[in-house]
Amino acid sequence: MDALNAVTAADLIADPMLPRQFRIAQVTREVPGVFTWTLKSLDRRGFGFQPGQFNMVWLPGVGEIPLSISGDCREPYTLVHTIRAVGPVTNMMQQARPGTVVGVRGPFGRPWPIEAAVGCDVIFVTSTVGLAPLRPLIVEVLHRRDDFGKVVICYGSRGTEDILFEADLHEWRARFDTNVHVTVHAAHSGYRGRVGGVAAAINIARIDGAATQAFVCRSEALTRQAVATLGERGVTGDRVWVTLERSMKCGIGLCGHCQFGPSFMCKDGPIYRFDQIEALYSVREL
Amino acid sequence: MVQVVGLEATLAAHPFAHDLDAGVLELIVGCCSNAVYKPGAYIFREAEAAQKFYLIRHGLVSLEIHVPQTAPIVVETLEEGEIFGWSWLVPPYRWSNDARAAEQVRLIEIDAACLRGKMEADRALGYEIYKRFVPIMGKRLATTRLRLVELAMEPAPPPPKHR
Repeated sequence: MDALNAVTAADLIADPMLPRQFRIAQVTREVPGVFTWTLKSLDRRGFGFQPGQFNMVWLPGVGEIPLSISGDCREPYTLVHTIRAVGPVTNMMQQARPGTVVGVRGPFGRPWPIEAAVGCDVIFVTSTVGLAPLRPLIVEVLHRRDDFGKVVICYGSRGTEDILFEADLHEWRARFDTNVHVTVHAAHSGYRGRVGGVAAAINIARIDGAATQAFVCRSEALTRQAVATLGERGVTGDRVWVTLERSMKCGIGLCGHCQFGPSFMCKDGPIYRFDQIEALYSVREL
Repeated sequence: MVQVVGLEATLAAHPFAHDLDAGVLELIVGCCSNAVYKPGAYIFREAEAAQKFYLIRHGLVSLEIHVPQTAPIVVETLEEGEIFGWSWLVPPYRWSNDARAAEQVRLIEIDAACLRGKMEADRALGYEIYKRFVPIMGKRLATTRLRLVELAMEPAPPPPKHR
């Protein structure tokens, strides 16, 4: 990838357990409970990553958590994380102001396999804050638009007031070469958009199921539903890529916190081809 | 010159009538009419008698629930190729929600009393209709349950007050 080539080898991970220092350059309030950090490294070196990878981000005195990267991988001098405040660390992160210095280890994990989709139709299926880990991939696919067939984005929001990256969705929808379908769970009377689950958006997507690669980022309870709906449209499990979440700590497959069957999610995931992990989905102990 | 297309062809083109036997199609057509609703118009309202059911030919239909002290909430939208309104099949034949045109909507309306009468007289027709309705009802129920899971995992914020 050209953007990665712009980053020297020295920019890549020297010691994966040693955090680099970044300053919060900007905090953007996206929707209630969700905010975006734009980070700049104190050492002014670039930060190469591929869509779908994550970082271990450390707020000094509070804790370190895995966060997927939501920025453009062609902009290695700007690191972007979009965060939902759901726990003690993320709630404290929500209170951090521009200028705060945080530690970043990464990037970790397998990226979305963008090359597998070259020449195919591409469908993205996600909802609420799940759009954040998919955003770098969507942006990269649109950078390389001629390499792909149809591009369809199916996004489900909880309501009309909390549509994440709404400006991006408008921009993508305005392109003549991209279809964007947004559904919401409930809306006020008079709303002209679609109301329903994300499955409703998949059902109306104009894709050639047999020649489509799907990228799904939903909570695990809902991933199987999305995969089933994609299956009804002819997209089989060997062409569906999903991302999973576990409690990641070291990020390099040593501590075992994120073990998922025979794999460690931090280094073998978090992106998996669905047919390769389908059997694990029904194992309740996992 | 304008070509006039009969209701039989229009009905046959709808997914609900896919592979329907010609004789059955003819029986149903006898109970059908075309309808157009402007954006915002009510197609039916909760608790009214369910005297029809509907096949969507074009446009987006909102299913709404009235909530006292606030604006109605849209809980689902349906579009071209789908059907709505199964209260005509189940006593006491009253609508359980409102249906409204979210944009200009073209429908095939099917007179419920007319079709129920034909189904009583011709059980094969009744079986054919049930064979088409029950899978749709089953799928909608399954979808609703999955949406309950979605909402439990990703709760919706309260909709805005009266607009």
